[in-house]
Formats: sequence, C-alpha cells, structure tokens
Amino acid sequence: MSVMQPAQRSSVVRLMHVGKTYRAGVVDVEALKDITLEIPADRFSIVIGASGSGKTTLLNLIGCIDSPNRGAVEVCQQGIADLDDDALADFRARNIGFIFQNFSLIPVLSAYENVEYPLLLVGMPAAERRRRTLAMLDAVALTAQAHQHPNELSGGQKQRVAIARALVKAPQLVLADEPTANLDSANGAAIIELMRRVQADSHTTFIFATHDPQLISHADEIFAIRDGELTEHRTVANR
Amino acid sequence: MTLLFKIAWRNIVRNRRRSLMTASAVAAGALAMLLFLGYTTYIFLGMETGNVQRTGHLSVFRAGYFLYGTGNPAAYGIDHYRDVIRLIAQDPVLRSMVNVLTPRQSLMGIAGNYSGDNAASRTFIGEGLVPSDRDRMRRWDQYGTGNVFPPDPRISDADVNRGLIGTGLARILNLCVPLALPDCPPAVAPPASAERPVIVNEELTELASRESAPSAPRSPGAPRIDLLAATVGGAPNVVSLNVSGAQAQGVKELDDAFVLMHLGLAQQLVYGRSEHKTTSIVIQLRRSDDMAAARERLTRLFRGRHLDLEVRDFGELTPFYGQVIRMFTGIFVFIALVMGMIVLFAVINTMTMNVMERTNEIGTIRAMGLRRSQVRAQFIAEGALIGVIGATFGAIVAVIVAALVNASGATWVPPGNNVAIPLHLNVAGRPAMALGAWLALVLVAIVAALLPANRAARLSVVDALRHV
Repeated sequence: MSVMQPAQRSSVVRLMHVGKTYRAGVVDVEALKDITLEIPADRFSIVIGASGSGKTTLLNLIGCIDSPNRGAVEVCQQGIADLDDDALADFRARNIGFIFQNFSLIPVLSAYENVEYPLLLVGMPAAERRRRTLAMLDAVALTAQAHQHPNELSGGQKQRVAIARALVKAPQLVLADEPTANLDSANGAAIIELMRRVQADSHTTFIFATHDPQLISHADEIFAIRDGELTEHRTVANR
Repeated sequence: MTLLFKIAWRNIVRNRRRSLMTASAVAAGALAMLLFLGYTTYIFLGMETGNVQRTGHLSVFRAGYFLYGTGNPAAYGIDHYRDVIRLIAQDPVLRSMVNVLTPRQSLMGIAGNYSGDNAASRTFIGEGLVPSDRDRMRRWDQYGTGNVFPPDPRISDADVNRGLIGTGLARILNLCVPLALPDCPPAVAPPASAERPVIVNEELTELASRESAPSAPRSPGAPRIDLLAATVGGAPNVVSLNVSGAQAQGVKELDDAFVLMHLGLAQQLVYGRSEHKTTSIVIQLRRSDDMAAARERLTRLFRGRHLDLEVRDFGELTPFYGQVIRMFTGIFVFIALVMGMIVLFAVINTMTMNVMERTNEIGTIRAMGLRRSQVRAQFIAEGALIGVIGATFGAIVAVIVAALVNASGATWVPPGNNVAIPLHLNVAGRPAMALGAWLALVLVAIVAALLPANRAARLSVVDALRHV
C-alpha cells in the first residue's frame, strides 16, 4: 500500500512508479516496488524501515549512484535518465552531498583536505575554496583538527568532517545513510544536533535512512518503507 | 592534477612496504637494463673505434671488388688513384668531414724465410698502406674510449721495406727467436710421411735470389722474409720485407697469414714496373655521424664523373661488427623483455591490491562526483609514480655501480681481440637509449596500472560502497 500526502513545498526529489530489482546469484530480488513519492525541499526527511526494506536502495536512486529498472527519478528538477555516466558524476558533484555510516573519509587526506575535496571536483578557485573549507570546519568545530588525518580523529570527529565535506559545496541535497549508526549515543546526539543546525542555516534538504529513534525524533518528513513499498509518508507539524 | 599526484604519492607512502617492494622490482629492472646498456655501449663504441682506426669509415673500391675482387685484388686496382684522392680532398663538402684520406693495397701470396737453414713458407694476406696515415688513423677517438695508439715506430714512411707480420706467421716462419716472441714453443717435427712444399720453396728461393736483393737493403737486426705474389700481368714477383715486429691478430687464421707493409712495397710486388694502383682509398671521417652524408656525396661525385667506383662502409667490410651489434641488441631486448615482464606483474599485483583495499574509497569518491576517467587516472598516476621512483632509483644505482666498476681497473679480452682492455660501463654513453630504457620501464608500470585502474573505474558505485 502506498500512502502519500501532497507536498506543501516545492519538491527536490520526485520518484514516479520506480522499481528496482537486483540480481542476487540466480535470484531476482525486488528491492523497490512501484515507489511514487515527492520529497520537499529544505526539510529534514527521514526514510525508516527494517533492514532489507529498501531504504538504502531508495537513497542510492535519489543520490544518482544507481538507476531504476522501472519508473522515473527526478532530482533537483533534473530527470536522471537523461544523463550519461559523466554527466551524472558532474551532477552529483554539484548538487548532492553524501554522509556515510562508516564516514568514508579519504585516509591519506587531512580533515581540511577531505573537506576541500568536493570543491576541487567542481573547479572552484583556490581562494574561495580555502574560505569555504575553513568556514565549514569552523561550523563543525574542527578548526583545531584541520590538519589531522582521519586515523587521528575520533568517530564523532570523523563524522563531523564527513558532514562538513557533504555541505561545503552548498548542495541542494544531502543524503545520509545511517549517519549515527557507528557513534555512541552522546556523539550521535551531537551529530544530529549539528546536522539540524547546519540544515537550518543552509536550507539544504537532508534525507536520511536510519533506524535511530533519536534521529527520527528530529524528522520533518518521515517516509516508511516495508518490503520495498512505501507504506507511510508523514509530515511532522511545528517544524 | 596536483591533487591526483598528491593522493597518489600519499597512498604510495601509506603502503610503503608494498610500494617499496614494487619500486625495487622496477629499480632492479632499470639497474639491469642500464648496466647492460652501458656494457653494450662500451662494446659498440669500442668496436666502432677499433674498426674506424683500422679501416676508416668508408672505403672506395673499383666496382665489383667488394663482391668478387678479394680473390684477385690486383685485377681490381683503382686507375689514377691519386687523381681520385685529389678529387675527394678538394671537394668542398667532403673536405670538412675527412680526417684521413689514404690509399691501400690488398694482396695475397706466399711468404718465405730462407735465411740460414730455414726453408719455411706460408701463404699470406697482406696490406700495403701509408704508415704515417695509419698512425693518424689510430689516434681517432670520437667517443673518448681512450683506446688510442702512439705512432708505431716499427713501420714508417721513410723505410719502404719494413713491415709487420702476425705472431702466428712469425712462428710458422721460424722467426720466434729473431723477433723475441714470447709463447713460442719449439716446433714439433712434422710426420715423416708429410709432404714438404719443396717445389714452392725452391722456386721462391730462386726468385728471391734473383729479384729482391737490389730493392731490399737489410735493416740491422731485423729478420728478412721474402714475399712472392703474381703481378697484375700474371708473372711471379718477389720482394723482401724486413720484419720489424710481430703483431698478434685476434683471429688465428689471420694471425697465421698477416703481413702489413708499406704501400710502395705492396705496389711493387703487385704491379711491378706497370702503373701502380691501389685496391682501395680509405676515408676516415672526423665524426661517424657524417658517414651517410659523406657516402652519398662520394657516390654522387663518382657518378657525376662516370668513375667506375663504389663506396662501402666499415660495417660492410667487417660483418663481425654487425653480428656483434645484432647479438648484443638481441640480448638487450631479451633482458628488457624479462625485466619488463617482472615489472609488469609486480605493478599489476600491487595496484590490484590497492584497488581491492580502496574499493570503498572508490565508491565514496565516485559518489562525490569523480568521473570514471578520473578514477582511472588516479590509479594510473600511482603506477606511474612507482615506475618513476623505481626507474630513477635504479638509474642512480646503475650510475654508481658503473662508476665503481670503471674505477676498479677491471680488464677483459673482447672476442676477436688479443690484448686485455679496461672494462668500462658506459651508462651515459647513449643518453637517448638510457632515457628510452627509463621511459620504457615507466611506460610498463603505467600499462601495468591500466588493468587495475580500469577495474577501479568500472566498479559500480553502489557495489563499491557496499564493499567492506
């Protein structure tokens, strides 16, 4: 059963009858079944569901790192099917930030260089790159650790670097897959608080896939998925 | 680009042990290739220097001599050879190229020693030349090999009748004692049934007694031999040669037959009282690089004047030179291929491990917007850096090893030679080849990185991110 409430704001993501089937050995696994949804801009949206329900697959499609077998995906007013591989990469570089469960920082780069990296991909001039990187590190309170490498940072610090890296290019959309899963509750709370604050400041749309009740409690929009089907879309009032 | 190499370098440092092993394989390849290249360069330049000192760069012959004339050199003499020499010497293009321009006479015949109780004879292969020109030619050393010779006092322009013979011929003609030759055991008597060349010896003795005496004043202390040859008209002729020394030749067949004499004596023997000619005009250039241009100019010059002459270079005159070049080149290619394969597999192995270990990182950077081609470039840059580091280190070690070997004073006797010469590894002797070997190894490292880099570039972002 698909439950959808009309979006009140302009949509940053639109999925229309999207289906995704994986081949696992000799078996076809239908990860998503006829998903139709719109995710409003400038919101803290959360996709919830049990493990294997299709949350990550949904995020992958929205993040343009995977393509659907059926239906259409539109991100930031751009039909994804129209783009070839290089154009998709450029599109991601300009419009989408990623925060991963395991932080996924580049180990040979310092915190500063990790944050600066997305700006290099979009060819930003050096002075502007430096200004933005320092501002972002300041925003996540990591100025002092700017020249430390990931192996010298704590889990919470790593995730803050990852958040800074995702936001430094001021993307329209930030996708985060279980961003608090590898953090203890205190660090998790701090990271949620940070993301909430940054989202409020930057008006970036955040979309999370999570089980974390703490994170869910901060959601503006909640999308529930079960067995590859969207079962609920709820807008939380007073946010 | 800076970021590409920064990340590549840091990953190399991060996996320093693995990188070190791979770079060491590349370095070993570079070391082996460059040292062997230094050795072959030394061989090639040494052989070229020796050949150019002996036979010059180019030789002018009567047409057909090169293919058919060595059996009868007298029949292929160059008419009016002094005019031809003048023509070459006065040519405005050749004048600046030529170092030595000199006539030579090849000849064959029978050499005999009939002094005292001796009655020994042997066919000889002789060459008549201008001694002072020979001295000048033996000073040629374009490549700085150090293999130059002082003027040889044993043969001079002033004494037409003096000459040198091979040590083998000296032994055969019983000249060991008069020439004070070492390594000259007493002759073993031939078997009783063996035929003795009585007739030849008797004829030679008779001819020698009739013809040679007026033209060959005996040099004090120098043994004298008689040389018998057919003149250009077919008549037998004899001259006497005062042997001022013996000179070992690298090949026994030549050592047992070699006679070097003054051009005038050779001409007297071959041409008698008829017009004196030469079998060749030898041209030694200042620089080997001018050889093709000089040859072309000579050919054009002769064709323009309808001269029945042909030009051959030292490579054609001494096929052994080309054979050695081809053999060493073949060995070098073989070593390069083996080293290339080792480098190829070492780099493929390392880069494959790097890609496997960094699969998640590849997924991350692809998700962040890095194109496939940029991922490919990232890993190729790592392979290239490993190649550059290894090849450069190998080259530095090769230069050091070569310097140590060169300073050690080690010597060796090259094939076809008779004296030990210093062993010298000329690593920088052919910079283009050395650079080529360095570049080839770097290229192999890049090619080796291409396979894992392509694999990295083709990874699905989702699968890469899922990789643990």
